[in-house]
Amino acid sequence: MKYLEIKNCKKAFDELSVLNDISLSVEEGEVVAIIGPSGSGKSTLLRCATLLETMDSGELVYMGEKAASTVDGQAVYADGNALKKIKNYFGLVFQNFNLFPHYSVLKNVCDAPISVQKRNKEEVKEEALKLLAKMGLSGKENAYPCQLSGGQQQRVAIARALAMKPSILFFDEPTSALDPELTGEILKVIRQLAEEKMTMVIVTHEMSFARDVADRVIFMDGGYIIEEGDPHEVIEHPKEERTKQFLARFSAEQ
Amino acid sequence: MTLWGMAQQVLSGTGATLLIFFSTVIFSMPLGLLVAFGRMSKFRPLSALVKGFISILRGTPLMLQLIVWFYGPYYLFGTQLSSGWRLTATILGFSINYAAYFAEIFRSGIQSIPLGQYEAANVLGYSKAQTFTKIIFPQMCKRVLPPVTNEVITLVKDTSLAFVLAYSEVFTIAKQVAAAQTTIVPLFIAGGFYYVFNFVVDFVMAKIEQKMNYYR
Ligand SMILES: Nc1ncnc2c1ncn2[C@@H]1O[C@H](COP(=O)(O)OP(=O)(O)OP(=O)(O)O)[C@@H](O)[C@H]1O
Ligand SMILES: [Mg+2]
Repeated sequence: MKYLEIKNCKKAFDELSVLNDISLSVEEGEVVAIIGPSGSGKSTLLRCATLLETMDSGELVYMGEKAASTVDGQAVYADGNALKKIKNYFGLVFQNFNLFPHYSVLKNVCDAPISVQKRNKEEVKEEALKLLAKMGLSGKENAYPCQLSGGQQQRVAIARALAMKPSILFFDEPTSALDPELTGEILKVIRQLAEEKMTMVIVTHEMSFARDVADRVIFMDGGYIIEEGDPHEVIEHPKEERTKQFLARFSAEQ
Repeated sequence: MTLWGMAQQVLSGTGATLLIFFSTVIFSMPLGLLVAFGRMSKFRPLSALVKGFISILRGTPLMLQLIVWFYGPYYLFGTQLSSGWRLTATILGFSINYAAYFAEIFRSGIQSIPLGQYEAANVLGYSKAQTFTKIIFPQMCKRVLPPVTNEVITLVKDTSLAFVLAYSEVFTIAKQVAAAQTTIVPLFIAGGFYYVFNFVVDFVMAKIEQKMNYYR
């Protein structure tokens, strides 16, 4: 089943066209990595998919339910209630975590399931403790985000997203704000989620991680999908000139 | 008149001063938050109007505003001023003036919250109201505490401006006693009163700040 389908998504900021006719679909259990140079529109694509940004035109469908469709060349979004329901289908992990600093770790994870999804408090708490344990954060329930390392904060953010039981989880450069020695712990968590067949779309600059974990890699540049396919193919034997340039510069940097 | 006698007289205004102080705090803060919303409204005419009012309230003397509140109804509508109006006008004048200051403090506090907080709340499905009450407002409170403390300390001293309406609070009485007894002592007593009052305010605000220090 297609968990996510984006068709002909276009987005411009004033005159600057950032996404040009992007189409993308994600199947159940699939892990998709999006790579590309800075400014290529990766974050904007995720932000359109997570309803933080509105598309100018295009179609957005989650689990067969339409969040937006194009009418007369313009994106028309579903009504508030429909979008509210659709928001339950996805979660997003930010580059700089965006944890709620005034909430304890446990409350960061529990609050939305309780006050947004109106789920049973005790149940949510129990699940949250399990999630935190899985993220290697046992004993940190009552800590505040400011008392944690960046890597720990990002793991709380992942737990917070997972607590909503999303069908699909988006990551926007989840390790870019971290010291190099902390990226490993986040990648490990995402790897584990991939093994559990969590459906994920990950924007990342970690090429070897993308190659090892993703089922499919998408290379974006200038608001276009330039190349996509099997991670080993795209990353080790790119066909397109621009992909080659990008990857060459990348391996030169490392 | 003995020192003790003078002190007793001057401090008999304590209740009145405290009444102005607490009424102003209680009314001006929620009103200030409301005004801040108006000021941040995306509906341009509203935000422009609110901005204009804030500008006038902050740009003219509070003493003048108090006089206008008190005598305004008489000059504008010929209303006979009732005995209770003195206190009402005083509290109205203070509350509205301080609301303008608090509004600007709250606005900058709200606007200093990183956009990422709104986005995280949005993706998690919080409604706009939930996002404000659960995520933004508590963080705003912490951020605005230092400027709010400043404002409250100023308010303690400003309550003395009620003398222009001859409302019998500490300073009004001190001035009267000083004139009647031809001595400066009552003014020193009043000065001591305001100093101690602010000492307590400082202490309380520091405690609140401490309480909010559990996160950064
Ligand atoms: N809110 C905005 N207003 C105006 N321009 C924007 C806005 N958001 C993004 N852009 C522009 O859109 C382009 C794409 O930005 P985007 O953040 O999607 O790139 P990216 O691929 O995520 O880059 P990076 O790897 O640096 O994160 C950039 O040129 C950026 O300046
Ligand atoms: Mg980005």
